[in-house]
Amino acid sequence: MGLVMADDAKGRNVLAAILYRGRWWLVTGALLVAFTLWTAEFHQAQTTAILASTLRHSTPLVLGALCGMLGERSGVINIGIEGQMLMSAWAGFMVASATGDLLTGVVAGVAVGMLMGAVLAGISVGLRGDQIIAGTVLNIAAIGITSFFFTQGRTLPSGKIQPIRLGPLADLPVAGRVLFSNKPITYLTLLLVPVVWFGLFRTTWGLRTRAVGEHPSAAETVGISVVGMRYLNLILGGGIAGLAGAYLSLEAVGSFERGMTNGKGFVALAVMIFGRWNPVGAWGAALLFGYASAVQTQFQFRDWLTSDPQFVGMIPFVVTIVVLAGFVGRARPPASIGQPYSRE
Amino acid sequence: MNIRSALVPVLAVALAIAVGALIIALSGSSPVDAYRALIEGSLSDPKSIGRTLEKATPLVMGGLAVAFAFKAGLFNIGGQGQLVVGAIIAGAVGYGISDLPWIIHAPLALLVGALAGAAWGAIPGVLKATRGAHEVITTIMLNFVALNLTDWLASKVWREPGVIVRTPRIEPSAEIPRWGEIPTGFFLAVVAALACWYLLRGTTFGFEIQSVGLNADAARYAGISVRRIFVTTMAISGMLAGLGGAIETNGIVGRYEPGFNAGLGFEGITIALLARTHPLGVIPAAILIGAMQAGGSMMQFKADVQPEITKIIQALILVFVATPIIVRWLLSKREADELSVSSTWGS
Repeated sequence: MGLVMADDAKGRNVLAAILYRGRWWLVTGALLVAFTLWTAEFHQAQTTAILASTLRHSTPLVLGALCGMLGERSGVINIGIEGQMLMSAWAGFMVASATGDLLTGVVAGVAVGMLMGAVLAGISVGLRGDQIIAGTVLNIAAIGITSFFFTQGRTLPSGKIQPIRLGPLADLPVAGRVLFSNKPITYLTLLLVPVVWFGLFRTTWGLRTRAVGEHPSAAETVGISVVGMRYLNLILGGGIAGLAGAYLSLEAVGSFERGMTNGKGFVALAVMIFGRWNPVGAWGAALLFGYASAVQTQFQFRDWLTSDPQFVGMIPFVVTIVVLAGFVGRARPPASIGQPYSRE
Repeated sequence: MNIRSALVPVLAVALAIAVGALIIALSGSSPVDAYRALIEGSLSDPKSIGRTLEKATPLVMGGLAVAFAFKAGLFNIGGQGQLVVGAIIAGAVGYGISDLPWIIHAPLALLVGALAGAAWGAIPGVLKATRGAHEVITTIMLNFVALNLTDWLASKVWREPGVIVRTPRIEPSAEIPRWGEIPTGFFLAVVAALACWYLLRGTTFGFEIQSVGLNADAARYAGISVRRIFVTTMAISGMLAGLGGAIETNGIVGRYEPGFNAGLGFEGITIALLARTHPLGVIPAAILIGAMQAGGSMMQFKADVQPEITKIIQALILVFVATPIIVRWLLSKREADELSVSSTWGS
């Protein structure tokens, strides 16, 4: 609290400044809460369901956005998040199904995600190939590999990952179910957002990452290895995308289906841009997108558009386009984005 | 496109096939049997060659759509959406209008399908030109929107009475006939490739497109409206994909069904890069991928190898084609024109 109440060097109240900078977020959030309460007609069970569903839908999006962010902050576009997630979802499921151990499955998913990150780095940083094409390679390879090596009819012997109730907190009305009786990867995601934020903006690693992304040759001059930082960040990001994949197959669904990522890796990119390459911003954006998906459930409750489910299915994608068209013009990506780096 | 630069795609394909053989061997099957079955199912007799060209036709169009947009520095991943929009609209024109002579009905269906694809493709062009939204994300999102939209049209608006969700069969007057075993649509695709090649090589508009692709800032100072080029290029790119869908509906399937030609958008990328974005190079590249698709079921039947292996081979081809260091090493010179689509990210 000390930080929030303090005045900064110029004598402005930091809390007021934060509130002012986030004013549109606050307005949007207030409107969404009002809309939720209105649609649910103050029905506690439905409000809880929508909020819980929002959080569930936002989890893979935040993770995907964090993955993209680590890459882009160091100057590498990662269009292959979708492929990384899909491969990890598949690997996590196959390993968990074979060993019967969910934790081993999650670890396998993260490891495969890191491997995919290393492949992306190898093509785009090591071999200096085009970054968007490198990402496309990941996406196509993931579709091919996951369907070639997938045998129908496999199941998880131990079932999917179960929620952990955080003691008495889980018994609170609304918040108990929404926040305090979640599954492990969801908790981990809520933890990763501040951790990555702190890492990017308060540590040497973060400073170096951002330096490499903004001005690689200057960073190289002061002795930072541009290639090394980009490899490191893409591999770390791959691990986070791997967590998103494991979330989908082991925590959310409990099985693997071909193409189960269904565009989430691309929506995550929009989430990253909407959140302005900031973990906290991306988390807010992911909640907004998660809400757009959760509204589908609400539509079913209210019996709206149930005869035309396709229009409800379009909502997250249309929201992505509108958000990009509305915001990306004013958002500024890291300066060296998209350019292969060579020392000459 | 001299002989040495044609060497790169050939070597890339050979390398990819070799690595693919390794994967087949690792999965416990015989690569020799698998590839023999693949060739048998795609190139051994007139019937299988016809099937290969049938598969290659939408691939030529999808590859052209990507290659054409590339020339202006745009990466159109929305070929899939533009194709299904063109396909269902062409199908609707094909079954909804009767009593037209063939000479009017069939071209009309193709034209309307192509225009629908152009309209769908123009959306990301307009969003990029006016709002700066990157076309990679908007085209992918529009793919999902298009899939939902065409699903809805096929299941509600233009649905054939009955349990199967699909549009009614098109009128005979809208059908594009076969020429022996060979689908006539393939020749249309070849004509489209020639038209793209001429447009890019022989016209001022083509020169403007390539100027924008090479250096948008320089093109702007030279007085070219970069925004106009973005919109028109995306519209033409979408038109090519939409025409591909229309040919598929009116020349091969005869109606629109959900799940129509899934994955074409990504195959278009492989084909365009394999052709090194040359419109005429798209034709052999599409025939190669078309042959893999046509022979896939024979490979599964005879060698018990899942046809998805061809997807892995495609990804490998992309890796080998898209990494400039490998290309430079093969050419041992600077003449390799590097493919770049990342330069306009976020600008």
